[in-house]
Amino acid sequence: MPLLEVRDLHTQFHTRDGVVRAVDGVTFELSAGETLGLVGESGCGKSVTALSLMRLIPQPPGKIAQGEIVFDGQDVLKMDDDDVRGIRGNNIAMIFQDPMTSLNPVLTISRQISEALELHLKMDRSEARKRTVELLELVGIPSAKKRLDDYPHQFSGGMRQRVMIAMALSCNPKLILADEPTTALDVTIQAQILDLLRNLAREFRTAFILITHDLGVVAGMTQRIHVMYAGRIVEKADTAELFANPKMPYTWGLLRSIPRLDERRKEKLVPIEGLPPDLISLPPGCKFEPRCQYRRDVCREREPELASVPNAKPDHEARCWGTQGVPGGGWLIDTDWRREIGSTEVLEEIKQEVAQVPGEAAQTTTADLPPSVTQKEGM
Amino acid sequence: MAATFEKARSTATAESGKNILEVGRLTMHFPLTQGIIFQRQVGAVHAVDGIDFFVEKGETLGLVGESGCGKSTTGRAILQLYKPTAGSVKFEGTELTTLGGEQMRRMRRKMQMIFQDPYASLNPRMTVGNIIGEPLEVHDLARGREKVERVQELLKVVGLNPYFTNRYPHEFSGGQRQRIGVARALAVEPEFIVADEPISALDVSIQAQIINLLEELQSKFRLTYLFIAHDLSVVRHISDRVAVMYLGKIVELADRQELYEQPLHPYTQALLSAVPIPDPAVESKRKRIILTGDVPSPVNPPTGCRFHTRCWKAQAICSEADPEFIEHTPRHWAACHFPG
Repeated sequence: MPLLEVRDLHTQFHTRDGVVRAVDGVTFELSAGETLGLVGESGCGKSVTALSLMRLIPQPPGKIAQGEIVFDGQDVLKMDDDDVRGIRGNNIAMIFQDPMTSLNPVLTISRQISEALELHLKMDRSEARKRTVELLELVGIPSAKKRLDDYPHQFSGGMRQRVMIAMALSCNPKLILADEPTTALDVTIQAQILDLLRNLAREFRTAFILITHDLGVVAGMTQRIHVMYAGRIVEKADTAELFANPKMPYTWGLLRSIPRLDERRKEKLVPIEGLPPDLISLPPGCKFEPRCQYRRDVCREREPELASVPNAKPDHEARCWGTQGVPGGGWLIDTDWRREIGSTEVLEEIKQEVAQVPGEAAQTTTADLPPSVTQKEGM
Repeated sequence: MAATFEKARSTATAESGKNILEVGRLTMHFPLTQGIIFQRQVGAVHAVDGIDFFVEKGETLGLVGESGCGKSTTGRAILQLYKPTAGSVKFEGTELTTLGGEQMRRMRRKMQMIFQDPYASLNPRMTVGNIIGEPLEVHDLARGREKVERVQELLKVVGLNPYFTNRYPHEFSGGQRQRIGVARALAVEPEFIVADEPISALDVSIQAQIINLLEELQSKFRLTYLFIAHDLSVVRHISDRVAVMYLGKIVELADRQELYEQPLHPYTQALLSAVPIPDPAVESKRKRIILTGDVPSPVNPPTGCRFHTRCWKAQAICSEADPEFIEHTPRHWAACHFPG
């Protein structure tokens, strides 16, 4: 039995402008001790997925509209608040992106870590304090004993992130959700923190979900990767397979658009043209279709399922008509994504759309501005 | 012994006027004061501490380093947005640090800046037309109808719809706003642009769009860039030469390929090894140099070599003497007692 099963999760935010479908039908599972990477750009729903798992979505405006989250045999969404509190920090812990704002500035470090120990593990003060020292030493904070009664502002960014990790580890959770744990940190500090997480995952056999936009970070850290776009998973594969044999044009775009430190010579980057999707009014077909240079009519009409792809590993799934062996699809099965970057005409069309203001319908062109207005502005 | 940087710099200048910018012993200290009425100076943040470099016409010089190393301060001090504490900044032979306000204002036509945060660097109460048109008016380049046409042309150049001059910044996405910032910098037809982290606030897929735009504009208008960034992969992609900063000093400066393949300074080596590479096969085989500790405070920088507190090669001399910034091989400078 997997440790975590998420089935058809829908999380929405009700705003003045309409319903934001932040997570729109996400399904995945995770075994004990496994490290999974959730990759995507801002707004793709990766953080909201993590917050939903811990039932930390602010309500209102947020709402988990549909779905099941089965953790260790129990449906998290059906629990009452007390039971959820028993899981948070105890069985599932979270490491947040910004260590500057996710620690309480008016409580000492030892207070913040031992709070969970006293609450979940029923330790008394001195016991909890002793355990806190051990935890801080484990995450590599020098002279941990002396720093127990320091406040967060007395720590540097990297050290604060270590404190966050110590806090996450405090109750020996079965699952740690790390949401962009190194994004706010400098490169050399990022290397320290990733090294620490790698060793801890190995030592404690804790399952990890690593959420990031940085493909470099997941490449060295995870066993499997799920790529997200517009609130859904668009590609699932194990890490080596995803980088060697990606099957979704969005993943191709991500891989092509980042310069690599070990690239041989200066090649022109191939960006993903167009703009990220508006989660309030999503297109009916494939959500990536407006930015995809391989698109065909079918992509605009119907949304593809996440399904296995020919000439790939059996557990490799992609949400793309082009790479699925279905009638009317499959035109991208043999495409070499490194060389064939798709139709240049379509690319030009997408670029034209970029020039528009978001939410602006395509018909707004030259007629948009009466000359008198333009002239007045020039005064 | 290799020639010192000063000497190399003067010969480089002598052989041709190809250096658009020359920076000598540039120092920028921000005072720390105490007291309410009598503000005594109790110390200083040594943001930039005596750096030398030059920028050749038409090239992109990348300036990398971690947060707080002084790279943004360097960019601002060059454009005289901060008054440097000491040192010289020569732009096309003109010393900028002694120029008066009016003269400096005229010089700014030739040198512009693209800022990091496209949400903070555009005035929310101005229309796009006014934002891009303002420099045209300030420098008396175009007015009235001509200005409107010029603004529309600039919007087209940066890949935006030219008919959106009366829109406000909030109507645009981050990538589009950064394009507006680029158009504003281009409005006065500058020769030199300081791009201060122009892509770090943008989404991954949008970053490449802006990088490509900057590259296109460079070849179209023969621009020279000082490209400030913390992302070593991006800097490697866009730069011809790269300077690495650490705690207010340039520790290494070399041609792009040389710097990435033969880094001499231990800090550069550590930085390069710390960058994750999006390829699990490569990642599993890489040897990482994990630096211990954090960057020291620029208020009390370490004595001698500023990197010695985190350096695995440090010897006694490193904490005593500040290593000189010398040219070890042609066009490859480093400041280290034990380079290589």
